[in-house]
Amino acid sequence: MNNNMNNNEVALNIDGLQIKANKGITILQAALENNIYIPNLCYSPYLKPGGACRLCMVEIDDGRLVTSCETPVEQGMNVVTENSKINNVRKLVAELLIANHEVDCLTCAKNDHCKLQEIAAYLGIEKEKLGNLRRVLFEIPKDTSNPFFDRDLGKCILCGICVRICRDILGVSAIDFGFRGYETRITTFSDKPILESSCVSCGECVVGCPVGALVPKNTLQPSREVKTICPYCGVGCGIYLGVRGNTIVNVRGDSDNPVNKGNLCVKGRFGYNFINHPKRLTTPLIKRNGKFIEVTWDEALDYIARNISKYVGDSFAAIASAKCSNEENYVFQKFTRAVMGTNNIDHCARLCHVSTVAGLGKTLGSGAMTNTIAEIADSACIFAIGTNTTSTHPITALGIIKAVQNGGKLIVANPREIDLCRHADIWLQHCPGTDVVLLMGMMRQIVDRELFDSSFVNDRCENFNLFKKSLREFDLDSVEKITGVNKDKIIEAAKTFASSKTASILYSMGITQHSHGTDNVIAVSNLALLTGNIGKPSAGVNPLRGQNNVQGSCDMGCLPDVYPGYQSVEDYKILEKFQRAWDCKLNKSSGLTLPQIIESAHDGKIRAMYIVGENLILSEPNSSHVIESLEKLEFAVVQDIFLTETALLADVVLPACTFAERDGTFTNTERRVQLFQRAIKPLGSSKPDWWITCEISKRLGAKGFDFHNTKEILEEIASLTPIYGGIFYDRLEKGGLQWPCSDAEDNGTSILHMNQFATENGKGKFLPLSYKPSAELPDNEYPFILTTGRSLYQYHTGTMTRMVEGLNKLYGHDFVEINPKDASDLDINHDEFVRVISRRGEVKAKAKLTDALPKGVIFMTFHFAETPTNILTNSAMDPISNTPELKFCAVKIEKDTE
Amino acid sequence: MGKDLREILSFYKGDRSNLIPILQDIQANFGYLPENAILEISKFTKIPESEIYGVATFYAQFRFTPIGKKHIMVCEGTACHVKGADQIMEGIERYLDIKEGETTPDLECSLESVACLGCCALAPCAMVNEKVESNLTLKDIKKLFSKNSK
Ligand code: SF4
Ligand code: SF4
Ligand code: SF4
Ligand code: FES
Ligand code: FES
Repeated sequence: MNNNMNNNEVALNIDGLQIKANKGITILQAALENNIYIPNLCYSPYLKPGGACRLCMVEIDDGRLVTSCETPVEQGMNVVTENSKINNVRKLVAELLIANHEVDCLTCAKNDHCKLQEIAAYLGIEKEKLGNLRRVLFEIPKDTSNPFFDRDLGKCILCGICVRICRDILGVSAIDFGFRGYETRITTFSDKPILESSCVSCGECVVGCPVGALVPKNTLQPSREVKTICPYCGVGCGIYLGVRGNTIVNVRGDSDNPVNKGNLCVKGRFGYNFINHPKRLTTPLIKRNGKFIEVTWDEALDYIARNISKYVGDSFAAIASAKCSNEENYVFQKFTRAVMGTNNIDHCARLCHVSTVAGLGKTLGSGAMTNTIAEIADSACIFAIGTNTTSTHPITALGIIKAVQNGGKLIVANPREIDLCRHADIWLQHCPGTDVVLLMGMMRQIVDRELFDSSFVNDRCENFNLFKKSLREFDLDSVEKITGVNKDKIIEAAKTFASSKTASILYSMGITQHSHGTDNVIAVSNLALLTGNIGKPSAGVNPLRGQNNVQGSCDMGCLPDVYPGYQSVEDYKILEKFQRAWDCKLNKSSGLTLPQIIESAHDGKIRAMYIVGENLILSEPNSSHVIESLEKLEFAVVQDIFLTETALLADVVLPACTFAERDGTFTNTERRVQLFQRAIKPLGSSKPDWWITCEISKRLGAKGFDFHNTKEILEEIASLTPIYGGIFYDRLEKGGLQWPCSDAEDNGTSILHMNQFATENGKGKFLPLSYKPSAELPDNEYPFILTTGRSLYQYHTGTMTRMVEGLNKLYGHDFVEINPKDASDLDINHDEFVRVISRRGEVKAKAKLTDALPKGVIFMTFHFAETPTNILTNSAMDPISNTPELKFCAVKIEKDTE
Repeated sequence: MGKDLREILSFYKGDRSNLIPILQDIQANFGYLPENAILEISKFTKIPESEIYGVATFYAQFRFTPIGKKHIMVCEGTACHVKGADQIMEGIERYLDIKEGETTPDLECSLESVACLGCCALAPCAMVNEKVESNLTLKDIKKLFSKNSK
């Protein structure tokens, strides 16, 4: 080896071989990196060294035996990985391990992947000979309770990897070492089946287990693997789909992906059975005399073209999907604007983060996460408000857990005692709907105590004085009264946040789904500006977006007021540019938002609709009203992968492919555009969404829809969308790119607003705020507040997850969560059916008594058609973003006496 | 059963090092470590419940079920073992329909094993509440429970 070593490296000698290694890594890591094998069992690249198995013993200079997984490399060190002294120790250890391990390798699911086998072979130990060495094992029954994996502790070698993963990476700690001596084993709390423990079924321990003690239930080995992106949430984890024939048989995390580094949550790892599900739509359907008839694509497309052509103009509306790719959304909005001549296009972002786009657009100039997910782990302080991160963005939550382990402070603001509260230094349990007050109350403390970053405020922001005046209203007494949070806690939170070197705010629907959602977002933005926490690493304002491509759908202009890249439809120059590019006349006025579209359909003004991949009936507030509106349409096309509740109301249903059968790009919540790739051929005659839209456009005589593949579409996107200007297929093949990425030389932007804000004058804008109560406050008749949310195990309206049997086993029906005191006042017992009634309707579900909720507040999710929570919710909406108030409505609860 | 859980916890700061003393206090008060008490301790000390359970199972002194009115400790010392303590244990398990370490649902009887009771000459033996029963046979089992001893 040579002299061109940098300062971070040391040179050492392993078995006579000169190698270089980065300072700080262990001997074992250095050896493995250089393809030198040292037996090891309790080592995992993702964990701090365990030092438990003692198999990785090596000899160093002074003749000492050390565990190579715990000993750091040193300059000039000489390491011997094998000699008779070492081998004796190793053999002894390995024999003992094998002796205590049930040996029936041929039937073991880990056969050929088992590290113990590997080591036995390496050391030349014959398993058969060990038979008589085995003590009589006390029986530990196999635990098969989890729907996705089994625990067979008879094979456990107590390496502790699973315990460490579950505690140090997940922060869940479902399992630990228990009992003593011979009986020592990995146990859950009270030694119950794993299903009844706090385990979140992520399967990380199953991946980490070196032997067959933890194995997936499905052990079919794939014949090939395809690198792609998880289709569920906005985190955008990298995965490999394991394929056998035309069936997906497993999923594993992509350790090279910077977002998840190989980790996955339960949905990503185990939620793939919807892809090959027998209930998938596989042929186009046309409704004749109230019944769906199977037809060919030509029939369906001709039929649509004939009918839809009658509605060119503003009597047509399109609902796009945050599940579709950027290319598909681009084509879809182009179709709506260029072919149908209207800007009436919107999608489910309206229900979640349009408040973000609107609010941050005003204050920072760009409505997306300012920083990246990977930076969270290094934040000195994390403020998680209105996000149940471990359930909704599990992999992002791993960053929070890591930050806490690195000594960072965690402040959680949530009316419910969510899992994150366990890790929090401060938990602010404010009343639902009082976020502005809480945040402004904190900011008042920061200003009064002069803890704000005055140079940042002076140099980079504007409008501070007006904002400061509006803080007057938020004295501690009023804030405590309105939010219900103790004064001292507010002061402590304010001080902690303001005095941390880097503080990162994470938020989600708890902030946006209110009739004052945009104000909430502005409050968050004010706090970040005030403390100078924008434009630097591990800080920022970070809206966590829900659907896998909701960021991309917004970027692609599936919104009624902007073209791709947030270019206003009412800006004359931009209109010109698109008219030229698309060679057509475009509508000059903004279209209707999703709630307005539904309203107009109800009034008969919108008469035809094309809905892609959205189950509006379950996701929109006040569902009965939505059904009425859809029934009034003269012509409705629904394109989806299953016959959803919404599809049943359509005139034509088109079978789309899942992500596994097509390719394209998704943009995750941190603006990272990533390639997903086709793994199997489309099921039945299902087709990619972009193909379908292009075919309809062509039948309507439109030009500019002759794309052969998604690569060509992405090129057109880049040519018209400055923030995507440098994003091309061949670049993405090497890894994702974060927008803004203006040209082929630009490597993208991981942190926004570094030197100036994206606003017109480059300044961050403070905005004054005042308290606006929620639209429907509890009263004598409807005394409870209903707030809604999600479960880790289900996704959105359940179109995909409810097709996965195991996920239904983990969370198969909805509960009404209620405080035990409220329950006893109403004479309601655990697991008893109750009726929840609002001014708009009623839902029946089982009660779940839990201290996680304060008195007066109940909680439900909206995943289930059987208990359609959104019958209850209020469609009162934010005046700016039109996001409905899904997080707050007044209800009453009655014991169900039937 | 004097103090309630909150009262016990109020004597402690909630540090990690408080764990064993808290467990001991709770056992002294309730006679065992109830599940919901462990969950409360977990909230109080921020130690995960699985870890508390792991620690508690490491020490023989902690129990996880309440003691029955009649508490039976079957000797598993060497002499008793040789004289068939295992059969006695199994016999009682069958009779009460519980396993070693458990308590009958009506909280009448609980069953445990102990090391040598010091009456090896009278093996196999067992202790029922404070009284030693010796030279046990399978036939004696019924009597152990029918007798009106307290
Ligand atoms: S599956 Fe995940 S949560 Fe469950 S025990 Fe394993 S690591 Fe812990
Ligand atoms: S279950 Fe697997 S990972 Fe956990 S301690 Fe046993 S062998 Fe190690
Ligand atoms: S966190 Fe989201 S993207 Fe990652 S595996 Fe889970 S569902 Fe998929
Ligand atoms: S791998 Fe080093 S001690 Fe187990
Ligand atoms: S062995 Fe049972 S009393 Fe000594």
